[in-house]
Amino acid sequence: MKILVALKQVPDTETKIKVAADGRSLDPADVKWITSPYDEYALEEAIRIKEGKGAEVVALSVGGDSVKEVLKNALALGADTAVLLKGDGQGDAFAVAQMIAAYAKDKGFDLILCGNKGLGGDNAAMGPMLAELMGIGQANVVVKLELGEGTFKAEREIEGGTEIVEGALPAVITAQKGLNEPRYASLKGIMAAKKKTIEEVEATPATTGAQISALALPPERPAGRKLEGDAAAQAQALLQALKDEAKVF
Amino acid sequence: MTSMILVFCELKDGQIRKPSLEALSEGRRLADAAGKQLGALFAGASCSGSAEAAKYGADVILTAEGPALTSYSSDVFAAVLADAVKSKGATVLLAAATAVGKDVAPRAAARLGAGYASDVTGLSMVDGKLQAVRPVYAGKAFATTSFASGVQVATTRPNVFPAAEKAAAGTTETLAVPASDFKSVVKEILAKASGKVDLSEANVIVSGGRGMKDGANFKILEELADALGGVVGASRAAVDAGWGLPHSMQVGQTGKVVSPTLYIACGISGAIQHIAGMSGSKFIVAINKDPEAPIFKLADYGIVGDLFEVVPELTKAAKTMGIGTN
Ligand SMILES: Cc1cc2nc3c(=O)[nH]c(=O)nc-3n(C[C@H](O)[C@H](O)[C@H](O)COP(=O)(O)OP(=O)(O)OC[C@H]3O[C@@H](n4cnc5c(N)ncnc54)[C@H](O)[C@@H]3O)c2cc1C
Repeated sequence: MKILVALKQVPDTETKIKVAADGRSLDPADVKWITSPYDEYALEEAIRIKEGKGAEVVALSVGGDSVKEVLKNALALGADTAVLLKGDGQGDAFAVAQMIAAYAKDKGFDLILCGNKGLGGDNAAMGPMLAELMGIGQANVVVKLELGEGTFKAEREIEGGTEIVEGALPAVITAQKGLNEPRYASLKGIMAAKKKTIEEVEATPATTGAQISALALPPERPAGRKLEGDAAAQAQALLQALKDEAKVF
Repeated sequence: MTSMILVFCELKDGQIRKPSLEALSEGRRLADAAGKQLGALFAGASCSGSAEAAKYGADVILTAEGPALTSYSSDVFAAVLADAVKSKGATVLLAAATAVGKDVAPRAAARLGAGYASDVTGLSMVDGKLQAVRPVYAGKAFATTSFASGVQVATTRPNVFPAAEKAAAGTTETLAVPASDFKSVVKEILAKASGKVDLSEANVIVSGGRGMKDGANFKILEELADALGGVVGASRAAVDAGWGLPHSMQVGQTGKVVSPTLYIACGISGAIQHIAGMSGSKFIVAINKDPEAPIFKLADYGIVGDLFEVVPELTKAAKTMGIGTN
């Protein structure tokens, strides 16, 4: 079995967001970059499948040289090989999906795993777009995955519960928190990763579907009001305020 | 042919789901602004209930019905959506950002070679093209998205766009159903027993964090939520604490993104990953015994105090004041 795990490098959540001079992108100064946490669930799942029934795990990321960090980490965690697809990995999901589809098309992957969304961009689009472009099935926001002979059974989050999706392999599965508990890289893994090389491939040109034309910080929330008195008085004052000022009720 | 704005609508028990009514109403507003027609698209084994779309402004109601659509399948439904866009010459395709909407809309977009914007909180037509505003970076910024493609696809965040009745003709048309060679299909729905609305669609949310000390204590939040006509959520710390709270209750970056009118955070410090899920709430109330808790920076109303004293008082006051939403 051959598994592709698509990983994205994203700004850490704690990063203070500043808008660049162009008014539509993130000012990269002081940004700490990490592997998108949802992708960590995807990678962990791939490694567990490898440990359970044997598989070859290929980690892939779209971007420039800086993205090699993500791939080195994936190798340290247990990916067999890593591919840097040289292209704009921060841009439009449709363009990224096309680049990955063009790379993956004839390589015989049985399973493609990725996060259900890239942290921060939150578009939740790359996985389903990739599945469509490759003409294969999908299950998104998955919290449980079982593989059969050429089939999969996935449990995914929906409103008020979960649902079971079944389909044929190859398929794209996008991971959600709950799928597993990602491990930390071992010293042995880190040392072994140092010996592995990252294959660099120029991405096939792609068409853009959508782009960010402006990025702005949200308006400051007006200072809140602290309510006074004992618990009963505070409760009374809050509900009155919600009723009269906020008109919630 | 006047070009069309098409809205994919979901039915549940013969009724259009509320997030779909919101998307439909927003579609009507955009169609009016751009001088376009509004089409409401339905797919399933049966589309009874779809006529309701006329009340929310649908000029045309398109239905794809048949046994192939009994269970939801992303690939077959994406084909239905894309085919409808093509046959009607639609330039905009909207769906609600629900579990199904977020599953099918990007797939349909790829099929159409179209750009896609997910979970948007604002839409407008600028020079005949769609423009979408959506929160990014844990709500620390808002991105305006423009489309490079002729067809433009977006999903609307539930509980953000008002559902507004506006009568229209609602002429009906049936669509051909694509062949059912599923690549993947939903086999079973494992619903939660409660029957309450999902957090992502709730109007009032009472959330508890690590300050709740134990899962059993969430009972006092349930009581308050019941009194206010709301549902209960939780921080990740509470979900991960082993108190028996399901992940489906988690609000935040790795949980649910919510946009209620009222969010009451009880014993929640206000970590950025939690804020990422709830900063779109219209009114935020924080109950925390630590006056320095970051959640107070966000809260419209803050109560510095012990939640175990304050929450029951709130429930009591809500009952005596006869409060409850709508
Ligand atoms: C990758 C990643 C993803 C994450 N995703 C999420 C997510 O989706 N959602 C999420 O919530 N978090 C998420 N987190 C975790 C987040 O960083 C915080 O750890 C978490 O939100 C803290 O939860 P809390 O506020 O309940 O607990 P704490 O930070 O421990 O706060 C508890 C609060 O309760 C107050 N308190 C205690 N007792 C009482 C009392 N009797 N009365 C009143 N107040 C009291 C305390 O003063 C304190 O402010 C994520 C973290 C990471 C790294």
